[in-house]
Amino acid sequence: MDEYNEGLAITRPIHIDYPQAVPATYFIDPKACMHLQHGTCKICVPVCRSKAIDFDQKAEERKIKVGAVIMSPGFGRVPDEALTKYSYGKHPDVVTSLEFERLLNPSGPFMGEVRCLSDKRHPHKIAFIQCVGSRDLGCDNGYCSSVCCMYAIKEAMVAKEHDPECEITIYYMDMRTQGKDFDAARTRAEQQFGIKFVRAKVADVMPWEKQLKLTYATMDGKHHFDGYDMVVLSVGLDSPTDAKNLAKIGAFELNKYDFCKTTTFAPLASSNEGVLVAGAFQGPKDIPESVTQSSAAAGLASCLLKQQRGKGVITKTYPAEQPVGEDEEVRIGVFVCHCGINIAGVVDVAKVANYAGEMENVTYYAESLYSCSQDAQEVLKQRIKEHRLNRVVIAACSPRTHEPLFQETLKDAGLNRCLFEMVNIRDHCSWVHANEPVAATDKSMDLVRMGVAKARNIRPLPEQTVPVTAKALVVGGGIAGMTAALNLADQGYQTYIVEKNSQLGGQLLEQQYTLQGDTVSDLLKDVTGKVKKNKLIEVFTDAELTAVNGFVGNFTSTIAAGKGKKETEVDHGVIVVATGGKHHRPETVLGAKLPDAKTIITQMELEQQLAGKGKTRAPKSAVMIQCAGSRGDDLAYCSKTCCNDAVKNALKIKGIDPKSQVIVLYREMRTYGYAEDAYREAREKGVIFIPYAKEQMPKITKKGAKAEVSFYDPILLEDVTIAPDQVVLSVGIVPEDTEGISKLLKIPINEDRFYLEAHVKLRPVEMPVAGVYLCGLAHSPKPLEEIIVQAQAAAAKAAIPLVKGYVSVEPTVSKVDQDGCIGCGLCESLCPYQAIRIQKIDNKRKAETIAASCKGCGICASHCPTFAISMGGFTDEQITAQIKAFGEMKEE
Amino acid sequence: MSKEEFNPKILGFLCNWCCYAAADSAGVSRYQYPPNLRTIRVMCTGRLDPSFVLKGFAEGAAGIFTGG
Repeated sequence: MDEYNEGLAITRPIHIDYPQAVPATYFIDPKACMHLQHGTCKICVPVCRSKAIDFDQKAEERKIKVGAVIMSPGFGRVPDEALTKYSYGKHPDVVTSLEFERLLNPSGPFMGEVRCLSDKRHPHKIAFIQCVGSRDLGCDNGYCSSVCCMYAIKEAMVAKEHDPECEITIYYMDMRTQGKDFDAARTRAEQQFGIKFVRAKVADVMPWEKQLKLTYATMDGKHHFDGYDMVVLSVGLDSPTDAKNLAKIGAFELNKYDFCKTTTFAPLASSNEGVLVAGAFQGPKDIPESVTQSSAAAGLASCLLKQQRGKGVITKTYPAEQPVGEDEEVRIGVFVCHCGINIAGVVDVAKVANYAGEMENVTYYAESLYSCSQDAQEVLKQRIKEHRLNRVVIAACSPRTHEPLFQETLKDAGLNRCLFEMVNIRDHCSWVHANEPVAATDKSMDLVRMGVAKARNIRPLPEQTVPVTAKALVVGGGIAGMTAALNLADQGYQTYIVEKNSQLGGQLLEQQYTLQGDTVSDLLKDVTGKVKKNKLIEVFTDAELTAVNGFVGNFTSTIAAGKGKKETEVDHGVIVVATGGKHHRPETVLGAKLPDAKTIITQMELEQQLAGKGKTRAPKSAVMIQCAGSRGDDLAYCSKTCCNDAVKNALKIKGIDPKSQVIVLYREMRTYGYAEDAYREAREKGVIFIPYAKEQMPKITKKGAKAEVSFYDPILLEDVTIAPDQVVLSVGIVPEDTEGISKLLKIPINEDRFYLEAHVKLRPVEMPVAGVYLCGLAHSPKPLEEIIVQAQAAAAKAAIPLVKGYVSVEPTVSKVDQDGCIGCGLCESLCPYQAIRIQKIDNKRKAETIAASCKGCGICASHCPTFAISMGGFTDEQITAQIKAFGEMKEE
Repeated sequence: MSKEEFNPKILGFLCNWCCYAAADSAGVSRYQYPPNLRTIRVMCTGRLDPSFVLKGFAEGAAGIFTGG
């Protein structure tokens, strides 16, 4: 059974889960192994040529002394009863979203074709049911799993790409697409892909002839039926199965849902000091947030281990590099790999090797069974020495995976690692021309010839490292900036904070309490105090960043601070951007201009009023308007925090005066994660939540001194008008000015004017410009807990070059021939990485590469009108030699 | 192979980060495609000097493929 494919396919007892698995090592599935189950077989032992199978291995218990533990076991599966009520297990065409994900995947059971498991037909109608095992007290999962709405949309869109004729309907309670740019994806799903969204509770799924019958109830209380070929259950994220055991081992507490218990102000610290948590075990979350949390946890651990840093590290040494001069005879060694039968099963390896042997400058050639194996590296080292090879060509697999390994061997043999070329005759040849051995052999010979031609022109390139100024600059002194600065200082690095206002704290100065009930001023007092006391942190208030020069590891910035805007120049290695955001007081609310009435306030104003001492601070009646100015009015996006704020303040009102009437008019309540508990509590305490559609929006009008709200009640099926004591607008969040910093640091911003990170999933707190990191509201709207984690993560990432002390540069960077350069500046204007600049040298304009910033793309080289720029490892000579060698291809 | 069959020589320039990686994935997934392409890896198709294309044609390429 193939567990990677959710048991939907079969595989061999000895296998790799999937090609990208880490480690990509074959393993024996004990449940399927004849020897482990029945004591027979063992045929794998003698056939393994490298004698890698040892059935005598036993699990062993080891004791390791550590200074910190990070718990990241991920999430578990929701209980079966959450699934079986929708006929899961009774009908094969009811699948979980995880199974559907495998069905969509090219490495899945049907090679990426979506087919019904019952009779392998292509489904024409697919239904997604949301909140399966989430927001469901029936299976004790009261929380919202936060990710299912988004993954359902993604799976539906991919399914539509597979089969545009397929009809897909998503049945949901609230579409919780609260993340950065998530609403845009939902709109795309609806408008471009034609995916239907139906707000309804599905009561039942029953087999119905060849199909499945869905019974569902819509908002108006009516029941409907519809037939589907396939039903996908969007399953939630449960706590990991062994959570209780882990908690016992780690001596930390779990919350009531068996996830790791943490607090708002220390979101990654478990109740046991030194035991940290990251990922879904802290609470259901998606990939970007898990990646952010893992960086943050690593940074926190690094603070704890500061004293031990660098101890126990063994530095590898290499023999002195043998010089390879310009005029020295080119002696190329060509090694052609069998890769077991992966190459040799198709390509005539001996023929390719012999062909290589006849080429000019090839002084040695050989075949090898697995050229990446450990013993092959030893052989390679010996041959380099014996035959005085000064270029190595390996015809095997992809340089993307194996180049570093062979380059390491070259270094061990005293050769510059750039004197190396890889020819890919596996991924690009034997695997893709499996049925054409003659043509594949010809292609291999051509590719080897081109590789050798390039190798003749390869020159050694210097290893470049640039020293780093081990200091950091944090732009913004709100909670994000201060958290990042404290983390960097705790790791031992001097940090400058540049704050625009006269005091630290930013937006948090306004906020009073959190949904979880914490007092915000406690956090602010604590953090501000620590920042002020910390000798490694220097704060500039009333300050502005006016100039930034340099590159990763070596920035020089000018800060204008104080009343007189006194300028200070500071050197630093990294920059953390935490310029924050603010509440947006909208002009357009619910598609109309907002009337001017004193009773209209914002959630933040209500919060300040409620946090006071006055007896009448809670309004007798309040109507809260969600998405006020957001999701289509002034702002296009969802601000993620406003639903939580509404619930928070509604509960506060009810806490002060249970008789107060609170009505929340909403489009979708996005109380994701544990906030769902508070949403439920608010409903139980009598807060009335009434949804409105974008097509039928409530109206705010002025009536006397008060504002009046009229809206359609979908349960009463009629319009209602009330004039409450207060109309509370749940307004969105906009970034503080991002354009200035964006120009200064050359970092991008998105349509909504938030900064755009380097990679949404894989590098969520890094900017595309090396050495610049991002956190807080300047990235996107988010609640306090997530801001703190993101700041910790940005600090952890920013500390990497500081800890290393140098930035290493791949030798494949551009190099300007100063004699040839005419100083036209074309390269400077075209470089996407600001890695080439015009300098005055002897009073003449000359281009110069900043090796540390260069990514080696070669745009400068291909555009240089005087051919004065060459790319390390990809010179004009080398590429031209390859093209010429291509031309020697034999005619068919 | 019959002489009439069209059997062009194609020279490809593949970006290390996308198209070269995609060609690797095609291999891993065992997608089969015609064996007419010979490739040169570059770090970015931005490296592609127009003269490379002309040189490729001069060397007898029936077509130039760039993937980036």
